[in-house]
Order: sequence, then structure tokens, then C-alpha cells
Amino acid sequence: MRDFSYLRATSTDAARRAAALPGAMLLAGGTTLIDLAKCGVAEPETLVDITHLKGLDRIAVDERGATIGALAKMGHVADHADIKSRFPAISETLWQAASAQIRNMATIGGNLMQRTRCPYFRDPSNFSACNKREPGSGCSAIGGVTRGHAVLGTSEACIAMYPGDLATALVAFDAVVHLGERKLLVDDFFLLPATTPDREHAIEPGEMITAIEIPGSAAARRSTYLKIRDRQSYEFAAASAAVGIEVEADGRTIRDLRVALGGVATRPWRARAVEDALRGKVLEPETVRAASLLAVEGAVDHGANHYKIELAPRVVARAILKLGETA
Amino acid sequence: MTVHNIRVGESKRGDASDGTLAESVGGRLSRVDGPAKITGAARYAVEQQLEGLAHAVLVESTIASGKVRAIDAATAEASPGVLRVLTPDTIISLRTASDWFGTPPPDKPYCPLARDITFCGQHVAAVVAETFEQAVAAAALVKVSYDETPSIVDLDDGKAGDGIPIDAMTKEWGDAPAAFAAAPVRICAAYNTPREYQAPMEPHGLIARWEGEHLTVWEPSQWLDGMARTYAEWFAVPFGNVRLVSPYIGGGFGSKALALSHGAVAARAAKMLGRPVKLVMTRPQTFTGYGGRAATRQTVTIGTDREGVIQSIVHRGVNETSVDGMWVEPLGSVTSIMYATPNFSSKQNVVRVNSVVPGAMRAPGENPSAFGIESAIDELAYEIGIDPLEIRLKNYAEQDPHTRKAWSTRQLREAFAAGAERFGWARRSPKPRSMRDGNQLIGWGVAAGTYPVRRAYGEAVVRILADGSVEVESSSIDMGQGTYTILAQTAAETVGVRADDVVVKLGDSRFARAGVAGGSRLAGVMTGAVSKAATSALDQLVGLAISDPRSPFHALQANTLVVANGRIGSPRGDGPDVSIAELLKSVGRDRIEATGDTMPANSTAEDRYKNYTTIAMALPHTEGDYSRYSWCAHFIEVRVDEDFGTVRVSRVVSALDSGRLYNPKLAESQWKGGIIMGIGQALLEEGIMDRRHGRIVNNNLADYLVPTNADIPDIEVISVGIPDPHSSALGGKGVGELGIVGVAPAIANAVFHATGKRVRDLPITLEKLI
Ligand SMILES: Cc1cc2nc3c(=O)[nH]c(=O)nc-3n(C[C@H](O)[C@H](O)[C@H](O)COP(=O)(O)OP(=O)(O)OC[C@H]3O[C@@H](n4cnc5c(N)ncnc54)[C@H](O)[C@@H]3O)c2cc1C
Ligand code: SF4
Repeated sequence: MRDFSYLRATSTDAARRAAALPGAMLLAGGTTLIDLAKCGVAEPETLVDITHLKGLDRIAVDERGATIGALAKMGHVADHADIKSRFPAISETLWQAASAQIRNMATIGGNLMQRTRCPYFRDPSNFSACNKREPGSGCSAIGGVTRGHAVLGTSEACIAMYPGDLATALVAFDAVVHLGERKLLVDDFFLLPATTPDREHAIEPGEMITAIEIPGSAAARRSTYLKIRDRQSYEFAAASAAVGIEVEADGRTIRDLRVALGGVATRPWRARAVEDALRGKVLEPETVRAASLLAVEGAVDHGANHYKIELAPRVVARAILKLGETA
Repeated sequence: MTVHNIRVGESKRGDASDGTLAESVGGRLSRVDGPAKITGAARYAVEQQLEGLAHAVLVESTIASGKVRAIDAATAEASPGVLRVLTPDTIISLRTASDWFGTPPPDKPYCPLARDITFCGQHVAAVVAETFEQAVAAAALVKVSYDETPSIVDLDDGKAGDGIPIDAMTKEWGDAPAAFAAAPVRICAAYNTPREYQAPMEPHGLIARWEGEHLTVWEPSQWLDGMARTYAEWFAVPFGNVRLVSPYIGGGFGSKALALSHGAVAARAAKMLGRPVKLVMTRPQTFTGYGGRAATRQTVTIGTDREGVIQSIVHRGVNETSVDGMWVEPLGSVTSIMYATPNFSSKQNVVRVNSVVPGAMRAPGENPSAFGIESAIDELAYEIGIDPLEIRLKNYAEQDPHTRKAWSTRQLREAFAAGAERFGWARRSPKPRSMRDGNQLIGWGVAAGTYPVRRAYGEAVVRILADGSVEVESSSIDMGQGTYTILAQTAAETVGVRADDVVVKLGDSRFARAGVAGGSRLAGVMTGAVSKAATSALDQLVGLAISDPRSPFHALQANTLVVANGRIGSPRGDGPDVSIAELLKSVGRDRIEATGDTMPANSTAEDRYKNYTTIAMALPHTEGDYSRYSWCAHFIEVRVDEDFGTVRVSRVVSALDSGRLYNPKLAESQWKGGIIMGIGQALLEEGIMDRRHGRIVNNNLADYLVPTNADIPDIEVISVGIPDPHSSALGGKGVGELGIVGVAPAIANAVFHATGKRVRDLPITLEKLI
């Protein structure tokens, strides 16, 4: 039997030190980690439980922005009144994610760190080739079942889709992740697979997410998250868009626009080309639809996931137009 | 040891809004097993706590075709807690058992662990350890090497070929090809359904314990006696030595009717180790450890006159089966009876692929068959330019077109009328893409469904006990469909006691025998047997009351008495009025017992054994002068997002004819369950195969999508049935399978109406519409 040790961290520093040791992993809500351990993907030797750390679940919101502790539960953040009013897209990414039961367990820190749903990644006993799991072993997905795989940001080594919803909104609104003292843009925190798909985040051993910070903005205040999926609930996105908008006094000209895509890329995907094309333009269906096509510039499909290239720009356009209607 | 003992009084009563007393037959009594399930008091089969229990975990093949070259179990064997690693070489073989028709098996050994691999996910080894965790860890250390050979992964495989013709499925009358060629209006289309899975909440598993040559198996089961027979034959012990206990069943949908190879492994391991062994499949193993619904392909060609009156139907079907097993999914079953046609031809082949042998899943045959014919008839309506409901009425089959027998009852016209009225079908705008709400294209679709009335003989014991309560015993089961409840209602009404005073005991093969709970037959069979047993118990009771010199009624010289609410009195109310308990006491009896048995009086012991342990004695639904079916019509509204292609069902009105309903509340929830499953089938469910490996990769409930609450609108069901005396003793027809039949085509038809796109390939996922 695979024995592992369990350690309950008493302070953030202790947690970081313990997690730096080889084979150690932080345990928050466990909804990703325990699942992966059952699949035989995660094989921790030590679990460092951080759920008892005090003060890491705080949610503070004012005009400047929101700071959300790493241990805040997805469900709490989704329901937080100030998050809902100042960052509607953030709340929407969370309540449309997973299930109520999972949201009550899962933490914001763990959410950022969730792993891909690539079925080959999750089944080591049947598929030994997976560069994300075993660098250099190959990629079982390429040539296989790819309906849920990424069309943006892929490499020859890995085409796994990043499945999270929250981080899509975080990159749209220039959120920052706190790794203790060190801070970095969420957009820089997620790495492209390139030749090292096993390395997904710019986080070093001994570091731990302590909080995320989202700057307040007019675009964040008028924002939405549109998630399209086969099943109406309890499913990952086929394609999604986190969008925020600020218009000029005329109510029609776009001053600021934020667009990020989920469900289609190897990491949360900011669509700056769409933002640039529409900034200063009048909000009109034709213009918006045309510009939204830029969201999938450079996309590469692997057969069954081709529909994502069609779908993503439509989701972006709908989300922008929907926000425009509320002007 | 728990035996199921359900007292009606423990549950809340249903209301009796239709005027029928909730607790009599036809009343809306709530599920009597509900509280136990909701509070967690219900103990499921594998939750038995036994002394000395060992745990077995399966190791499965990772290739689809070939041979096991070697199994290196040394590391696993040396791992902590491991008691034994079973492989094809080390497991002691069993005897081959007969199939579910009772066909005598070949006299050869049966090894439930495979050397010859015919599908990915086949059991090749099992590890038995002191704890579950130890068994899981050691199972991962078993190294299996293979000599791989090319496989045929599915029906689309170039090597699959046309398959084997199944002559028994051929149905022909008239000259269908010639009539088709001569018809002025013709349509021809191909319809496909994918591999689908029953996905019950409770995974398959069992605990097996031997005491000498006696085997007890705690296992969720839709058929205790059938499974007990298989275990008995595997181990060459008398049938009576095997006891199956199946307290509650967390969903079966057809998948829990047979003893399967994992059961053989666990029971053999228990025998080899001399300890009780528990084995539960992992969720991924439930996708390969037994068969889901076979993938199917059909072509339907219909020729009509210019008004849309059908002249000819030519139907060809194919379903997949396994390399060494045979499963026929009867694809012409609805095609041949739904519409009147003077010329008809249906033929079917099966194709062997490297898969586990497919199995029964809610309405096997009728379900995919209806997808073909009910889509095709809709296509025809547009071709002719008439309303999809009208074309169905125009070709209404006034008798069974195949056997030319009268329908026992067919309230399908009534179902169309009631459903259309409630749904508001008359307001439908006929053209595709003509109804919308913003970005949502709205479509209205209709389809019919049917399921044959499967009948069998049954048996039950009814006792009237000293305290005046009534006990019902049967080895039949309740997997949520309501057996406990309706049998309590039946016994209460027949004897004349309150349902509170009835205890129903099911789920133990020591009780009076019962056949399979499948094909929607159990309720009809068991209410018949219980009412017979209860009538005979009542007769004994009244007989005693009249004739026993110690009875207070003796002097009355009555020829009958009335029993109601647990009390006995004379029909005119003169004379004494005593409780059943008082009467039994006065005549010095502590119980009255009666067996109700609906088998013909001259049946032999062998007949009885066959009746309960095989399906060979089922009575054909077209026996005698009548053709017996349940019927339904579904009216469904979908909303399709014009940009995203996502389909959401926004309204369902279904009118169903299941004959008389023993308990409308339970029948309605069964119908709704079927409709919900049909929504999943139409829009979500599909085993997705990695065709390089022949492996289903979405083998878990996060990736194999079944509907959530958010996918299901309010569903309105309307009963249009009338008692059908030819179908069962109390007039009911089938309920459980019916609801799903026709849902997928109704949705596909609604999607066409919404979008102008005809999807003939389930499920209707968004990429097929954008
Ligand atoms: C069935 C299912 C459906 C789901 N659907 C969705 C969905 O639709 N959308 C969506 O966005 N998500 C979805 N999820 C993912 C879910 O949101 C994540 O599992 C969850 O957010 C992880 O949080 P946790 O606290 O449980 O993390 P854990 O499982 O405890 O940890 C996850 C990983 O993060 C690491 N970690 C945890 N905390 C920290 C920290 N503070 N600093 C550094 N590393 C840390 C752990 O070591 C581990 O590697 C789904 C999950 C499941 C199981
Ligand atoms: S796509 Fe990435 S995660 Fe999936 S098998 Fe290939 S390398 Fe592994």
C-alpha cells in the first residue's frame, strides 16, 4: 500500500518549508489532488494540509480592488456581495464552475492550480505516453480523442486544455497572484506548454499562493462570463469568454475592453487582438463580430476540437454585445 | 443479517387527490422504502459488515485484442496484506453456466480471468488483500505483458464488414422493395446511435461467503433466482445451496440482471481463500466490466402515395456485439408495428467488434428502433408538407400490422390528442426556423413510443399474522421502481387491512421465487401473484371465521363476511365486529399462510425452476388473439442557440398508455425518469472511443455526461391508459421502459423544426449544429 504522511501546517512559513521537500504537496480542498491521487497521477509522499491556516480565507473589496485569500472557498467568493457588484465576471466564473458540493470544498488557491482534464493525462495505467506527466514520454492525445483539447497555445509536446473558469476572468482584469512576498501577474503565472508541458505555473518549490488581487476598474464592474458547454451545469467549458467593458460618455464608443477565453487554450487566454481592434470603436454587432474572429488567430485544431475555433469568436461576440445592451 | 422489512406506516402517505384511497391499488401512496434510503438507514448489498472480510480488486487488459503473454505478480504478491493474486493460471476454473434462456451449456471449464483478450478492459487478474487499500496498491503492481493482434474497434472500422445476418429478426410481408420503387414519394435515411451506458449510481459489486458447500452472495440484483442459478452452475452445487441477498438496488437499468465475470472471480476467491470476499468495480470498470447499449446503425426507407399514406417500409439494421458473445438489439421492433403498411421488410445483422458483450439498457431494441422510424416519419411529414402529428394519425395502425391481431388496448390516438392539447401543438408554426426568442431558435417535435407487455408467471406468499398484520414475501426486488409499495397496496386492498399493517419482504432468494425484474414485467406479474395469495389468505380467514366453532361468527350461519380496515364483520353489519387479531386468537391460530402461484396447475417442478431462473417461459406478447403493448406520445420543445448550437429542452408533455396504474405517483416518476434518460441519450450520452486502442476514454461520470437538474425542464406526464385485462391480472401494462422510447426522436425532430438541420446521429452535440 502506498503510505504517505500527513502534516497539518501551523503557519504559512511552515507550510512552505514542508512543501519544498521532495514528494511533498500542499493540500487545500483536495478536490483536484485527491482525485488525481485516485487516478494514480498524483503520488504525494507528504500532504501538507493548509486548510487550518488562519486568515488566508479573507475576502476584502474596496474601490481599488479585491484581495482574496488563497483559502477562500469558491462558493463564498461567488456569493460575496461586493464581488458580485464590483466584479460580476469573477462571481459568474465561480458559480458556473463544478458543482455546489465542490465549490463548498474547493479553494481559490487550489482552483488556480487545477490540472487539465485530458483523459490520457488522467489514465496512467492505460496510457504511458504523456509529456505532462512524464516528460519525454510522448503525447497520447495527438491522434486520439481530442474533442476537449486546446486549439490555442498548443505545442507538439502537449495540446491539453486548461479547464479553469476563474483564471480566465483573472487574466482579463490584470489580476496579480501573491506568492507570499513575490507578486506576479496571473497572466505571467500560467505557462505555455512549449517543450515543458510538465511545468504549468511560474511557481517555485517552497512557494505557495497566499492571495490573489484584482485591481478595480470600470471594465471589471461591467463584466460578464459566458460559458458554453454541452451540459447546462457541472461541466467544463466548450468555449467561454470573460469580458469587461467601459464606454465613453456617448454610451456607445468603447473606451476599455477586456477579453479572455476559456475552454479553448492551454492556459487562460487573453485576447488582446480583439481588445485592440475594438478600443475606440462604436459598439455595433457587425464590428464586434468581425473583431471577435481575432480571438482565435493562430488557432490549430486536432480534428474533433475544430468546432472550438468556430465557437470561441461567437462566444466572445455574444458576451461583448450582451454587455453593450446593458449600457 | 438484514432482510428487507418495510413497513408502510414508516413513510408518509401520498395524497389521494384522484379520489382513490392512497393505500389501495391505484392510490398515490409514497414509496415505502423512501425514508430508509433518504436517511441512510437502507443497507445496500456491499455494505454488509462481515467477520474476516477480504477485499478483491480487478486488473484489466490494456489492449483490445491479443493474448496475455505473461503476468508478473511477484511484486504484488509480496506487497503488504496481499493474500492471493489470481491469474488465469492460478484461479481454479468454474463450470460454464447456461445462458438466460437456460440453454444447456457446453461441458467445459469457465475461467473468468482472460488469457485471450477480446476487448480493452477485460479482467485478467485479481488481487485479494486484507484491506481494500492494500489490494488497490498491489493491483497496480501486477505486470501484464501481451502479444497484441489487430482489433476491430467499432462499426466504422474498415475491417468490421457487414456482420452476421440474424434471420430471427427478419420480418417481411408484401413486396416492400417493389412497392417502394413504385411509390411517388420516397425517403431514405440512415440513423445511428452510439454506445451508451446504464451508469447506475451504485456500481456493481458483491460480497461472497461460503459455508461448506453453501454460498451466500450479497449483490445488487434485478433477478435473484436467475443469478443464483448461474452461481450454482458455476460451482456445480445445487440451486438451493446458493442464497442471493439484494436488499436495495441503486439503479440497474438492465445491467444488474445477470451474474457477471467479476462475480465469478469474487465467489471463486472466497472459496479458494476460505474467507468472505468483497469486490466492487471502480467507476471506470463499470464501462467495460459489462455491456452498455450496443452502438446501432439503421437505414429506413419509406414510400408513400402523394398524400403520405405509407405503401412500403424497408428497414435494415446493424448492431455491434462482442467477439465471443452474442447480443442482438432488435432494431425492427418498433418499425414493424408503429404504422400501417401493406408492404414491409426489416432485416438485421450483428457485427463482431472488440468490445465487452453489450447488454440490456432501458428499452433495448425499442429505444434505438424508435429513433429510426420516428425520425423517418418526421422527415416524411416535411417531404409531403403535412403536420408531423397528422402523418402519424394518417398511418395509424388499427391492428398489429405484423401479426394482424387486434391490439389488446392501444390508447395512442388518445395520447396524441391529450399531449397535443396540453402542449398547444395547434399553435405550432409549421416551417423550420420560424419560431424564435432572441438568439434562441425554438422547435417543437413529436414522436411516439411503445414497449411490448412482457408477461410471466409469478409466485408470492402472504401471511396474516396473530397481531392482525399482513406479511408479503417474494424474492423479487425493488430497484426504485416501487415493488415494495405496490405489493403493500395490493395485499392491503385484497385482505382488507390498512397498508400500514402490511410488511413486504423482498430481495432474498430464500423467499417465494420470482423471475427477472426487467422488460417492465415485474409489477404485472407480482401484483397478480400477491392478489392471488392474498385472496386465498382472506378466504382461509373468512372460512375459519364462519366454520370454526370457536369463532364469534359461528352462530351467524353467514356464507360470507367482510374484512375491512383490519376488522371482520357481516355484510349487513348485524352481528359481531372483531379485529383480525381477535378472531385468530379466538380460533387458536397464530397465522394464516397462503401461496399465490399463477403458473398453470399442471406445471412440474422443472417448469417452475425454468420459469423463475430463465426467461424461456415468458409469455409472448402476441399470444392468443391479441397484441399487447404500452404506448406513448412525447411533445417536446427545444431551444437551440443559433450561434452556439447548444440544445436545451425547455418543455416536455408526454401522454402515456400503461394500462391501469397500480400507483400513479410511482408510475409518473418512472415515466419521468425514462424521459430524463431519453434527454441524456438525445443530447449528451456517448461512449467516446480511442480508436487506436479500442478503449472508451470518457469512462467516468465527469466525462460521460448524463443530464443534471439544470438540463431538465418541468415534465408533464398524462396517463391515458385504460385497464387492459389481456395484459395482466389487475389490468396494468408496462411502465419502466416505456418513458424513454421516442424521446430522442422527438428531440431530434424538434431540433430540425428549430434549425432546419436533421441530425441522424446521436447525441445531438453542438458541433453538429454550428
Ligand atoms: C468533477 C469536477 C468538476 C469541476 N468543474 C470545474 C469547472 O467547471 N470549472 C472550474 O474552474 N473548475 C472545475 N473543477 C476544478 C475545481 O475547481 C478544482 O478542483 C478546485 O478549485 C481545486 O481547489 P482545491 O482547494 O480543492 O485544491 P486541491 O485539490 O487541494 O489542490 C489542487 C492543487 O493545488 C495545489 N495547491 C492548493 N492550494 C495551493 C496554494 N495555496 N498554493 C499553491 N498550491 C496550492 C495542491 O498542491 C494541488 O496540486 C472541477 C473539479 C471536479 C472534480
Ligand atoms: S495533451 Fe498533454 S496532457 Fe494530454 S496526453 Fe498529451 S501531453 Fe499528456
